[in-house]
Amino acid sequence: MEILMSVIIGFLFMAAVYLILSRSLIRVIIGTGLLSHGAHLLILTMGGFSGSAPPVLADGVTDFVDPLPQALILTAIVISFGVTAVFLVMAYRAYQELETDNMTLLKGNDEHD
Amino acid sequence: MISVLLLFAPVAAALFVPFLASRLRGIHTGWFVLAVPVLLFIYYMGFLPQVKDGGVHIGELSWIPSYGISLTSYIDGLSLMFSLLITGIGALVVLYSIFYLDKAKERLGNFYVYLLMFMTAMLGVVQSDNMIALYGFWELTSISSFLLIGYWYTRDRSRFGALKSMMITVFGGLMMLGGFVLLYLMGGTFSVRELVSMAPELAEHSLFTWALVLVLLGAFTKSAQFPFYIWLPDAMEAPTPVSAYLHSATMVKAGLYLVARFTPIFAASEIWVWLVTSVGVLTLFWGSFFAVKQTDLKGILAFSTVSQLGLIMSLLGASAAAFHVEGAAETMFKYAGFAAIFHLVNHAAFKGSLFMVAGIVDHETGTRDIRKLGGLMALMPVTFTIALIGSLSMAGLPPFGGFLSKELFLTGMLSLGELDLFAPASWGTVLLVVAWIASVFTFIYSFYFVFRTFTGKHKPDLLPKSAHEAPAGMLISPALLGLIVVAIFFVPNFVGDWIVKPAVAAVQPFMYGSPADVDVHVAAWHGHITPELMMTIGIVIAGLVLYWLLPKWQGAYRIFPEYLTLNRLYDSTMIFAETGMNRLSRSYMNGLIRSYLIYMFAGIVIIVLGSMVVKDAFAVSFEGTAPIGPIEIGLLAVLVASVVTTLIARKRLTAILALGAAGYVVALLFVIFKAPDLALTQLVIETVSVALYLLAFYHLPKLSRHDEKRKFRVGNAIIAAGVGLMMALLAMSASSQKALPSISQFYKDTVYSEAGGGNIVNVILVDYRGFDTLFEIAVLSIAAIGILGMIKLRLSRKGDQHEKQ
Repeated sequence: MEILMSVIIGFLFMAAVYLILSRSLIRVIIGTGLLSHGAHLLILTMGGFSGSAPPVLADGVTDFVDPLPQALILTAIVISFGVTAVFLVMAYRAYQELETDNMTLLKGNDEHD
Repeated sequence: MISVLLLFAPVAAALFVPFLASRLRGIHTGWFVLAVPVLLFIYYMGFLPQVKDGGVHIGELSWIPSYGISLTSYIDGLSLMFSLLITGIGALVVLYSIFYLDKAKERLGNFYVYLLMFMTAMLGVVQSDNMIALYGFWELTSISSFLLIGYWYTRDRSRFGALKSMMITVFGGLMMLGGFVLLYLMGGTFSVRELVSMAPELAEHSLFTWALVLVLLGAFTKSAQFPFYIWLPDAMEAPTPVSAYLHSATMVKAGLYLVARFTPIFAASEIWVWLVTSVGVLTLFWGSFFAVKQTDLKGILAFSTVSQLGLIMSLLGASAAAFHVEGAAETMFKYAGFAAIFHLVNHAAFKGSLFMVAGIVDHETGTRDIRKLGGLMALMPVTFTIALIGSLSMAGLPPFGGFLSKELFLTGMLSLGELDLFAPASWGTVLLVVAWIASVFTFIYSFYFVFRTFTGKHKPDLLPKSAHEAPAGMLISPALLGLIVVAIFFVPNFVGDWIVKPAVAAVQPFMYGSPADVDVHVAAWHGHITPELMMTIGIVIAGLVLYWLLPKWQGAYRIFPEYLTLNRLYDSTMIFAETGMNRLSRSYMNGLIRSYLIYMFAGIVIIVLGSMVVKDAFAVSFEGTAPIGPIEIGLLAVLVASVVTTLIARKRLTAILALGAAGYVVALLFVIFKAPDLALTQLVIETVSVALYLLAFYHLPKLSRHDEKRKFRVGNAIIAAGVGLMMALLAMSASSQKALPSISQFYKDTVYSEAGGGNIVNVILVDYRGFDTLFEIAVLSIAAIGILGMIKLRLSRKGDQHEKQ
């Protein structure tokens, strides 16, 4: 399972990077969403899937899965939501101001040289 | 201790200068500043008796003890001589500047702050025993020189000259630092004294020659030796007091100081001897030859300074040669070291006065162009007298100090002819001949300088101002220096005993135990005709004839093509570096975020995959992996399908929904992998995210590929595939091998006893990593404020349009 997950993670990262490099701002944002999914699964996989019970204390259970990756991912999920929200609003704002979502046209000008 | 703190006295005084300059505008700021060098001069005079007997004074202030770096004030014969020059000439220059710089028109505050900063830097250079401190002060002299050359910063030439001097001397300074570091690696200490004491062992080291060459690069750039001299003529854009002080009497001699100070360490190397001597003689010739070409008074003096620095450099080389001669203290080899120091003092005196004369001429006539000047003798008799003393001393004529040092110089060069240890014996003779020719040209430019300016026909219509004698105050300093020049001729051995011999003993400790051992007696007349005297007579005759014929052959300088000069090389190097770097950075810093991301992704892939290959870190192990069930297969298939949909979607709605689907699959995967908290959170967040996307959806543009070309997509795909491959391999390797056991056991064991909770994940978040969670909340709040701001703020563009209407 770990090996299969690794391949899936690679696939997620590949798709994410491909989207991030594209010209459309929306695709870039979708790409960051996929990237965070990939990262979360990566952390989880690196912790391993051994253990038969969720990490909650209960009578007679000793074989928990690793709780630490889960704690890290929980933080990451919330943060990535914040990032997505900021990205979306930034894209909205940029589109309102500049009337384009073409990354090539959003490259700035030579005024600051 | 006191002596170390006194190094910083000028800088401390500089703190008050801006207030004095702005509050007490009625009194020239220079009068206050004058006290600093005068008091320091008197203080250093107090060391003379002690140093004359071979004593040294050491003050030490620990700076960075763990690296063995300290501020020292090491006063021996050499550094005392330099300290006296710095403060003595410094006092005279400040006095001169009071009359040279108009208190109403000039920004005196800046000028004196820079000048005092330089004074500290220069004293630091000559008194630091620690090489790192020496380097720091060394660069500070470059910086203060930069500021002083660019003092009139509205002039293009000033800024150009300032930058040029900085580029060249700082380049040399960095090379020198490299040399110091090598010396540290060899000797294990930054202290010059300690390095001198272990000189024989250092000479055996394989890095010895490298250190030698690097240190020499520092010395050659600072002391304007060929081919680095080109900054000095351009530095003449500085106010004349600065030229007199930094660019003839003190700063440019820092390189000579460095060579003299390191002679005991490097003298063992034949490369040192021949490099220093040959570069010195070449510079001597080059500077004197091109001095005759100049038409600017300060230009002549600049090239003359280059030439004289070369002369002293060659003598220092010859004094290192004495290391290789048995019983050198008894032979003619003993003269070179003495001559070097003696001429250094002489040169500071006569060149300082000549620069001041050039400043006076400039000040009182409004021009320094020698073609417009002439016949000033009758109008400016005192200035003329001072100029004559300085020039004749420079030409090497009696009864002036320059005659004595020129004789000693010729002796030093003659001694090289006897040295046939390393190079072909004829090389010493070649140097001697070149030195003689250079002396002829020195004679010519000395006459050229003084007689073209002060004799001949007066041309008042060419001068911007009507010429008249300078005010008395302006004449004091050059007159004093002129007196010294004459005095040295009559009491050379007094100067020799008190100042020169202690310095010589410091330069050549391999020959002399104490200053009293230096057995050199200077005399104008040796009682019989010596070869040196014959050579001097030859110089005078050849010089007079050539000076007489100067109008006939001066045009010959024009046959040297302008585009082959070193200046042109410097200019084109600078232009090439500037445009080249501009083009280079523009080629990759093209403003496209995609490009920058590609650099980053490619960089990460190369670094990670590269280190995996190098460290042989890749591993796949199927042992102990969890089994794959049909539900997992199904979920992953849905995940892949939704990801592919986001990739190929043509409508934004499709893409967003596919992203949402991927998110829900991830939530379900969390369920399967026994992470209930994650699953819950993911479900909530994913729902809110999709809602947010759909909310923003209305305001966002349609999904468009913006005509992405095939090449563009293929490039992206390659990078994306690289990142994907890297992450897959990384995940496989990481889950297949564990270098260290997981720290999770600690949480599992203590979660109830320490934190009193049952849900381990939640307890980790709110208890063990409570601050982490707190800051996470802070991050979210900041994001919320940012979002609010971006939505609420009015669109600037629309505002503009309103204003236009």
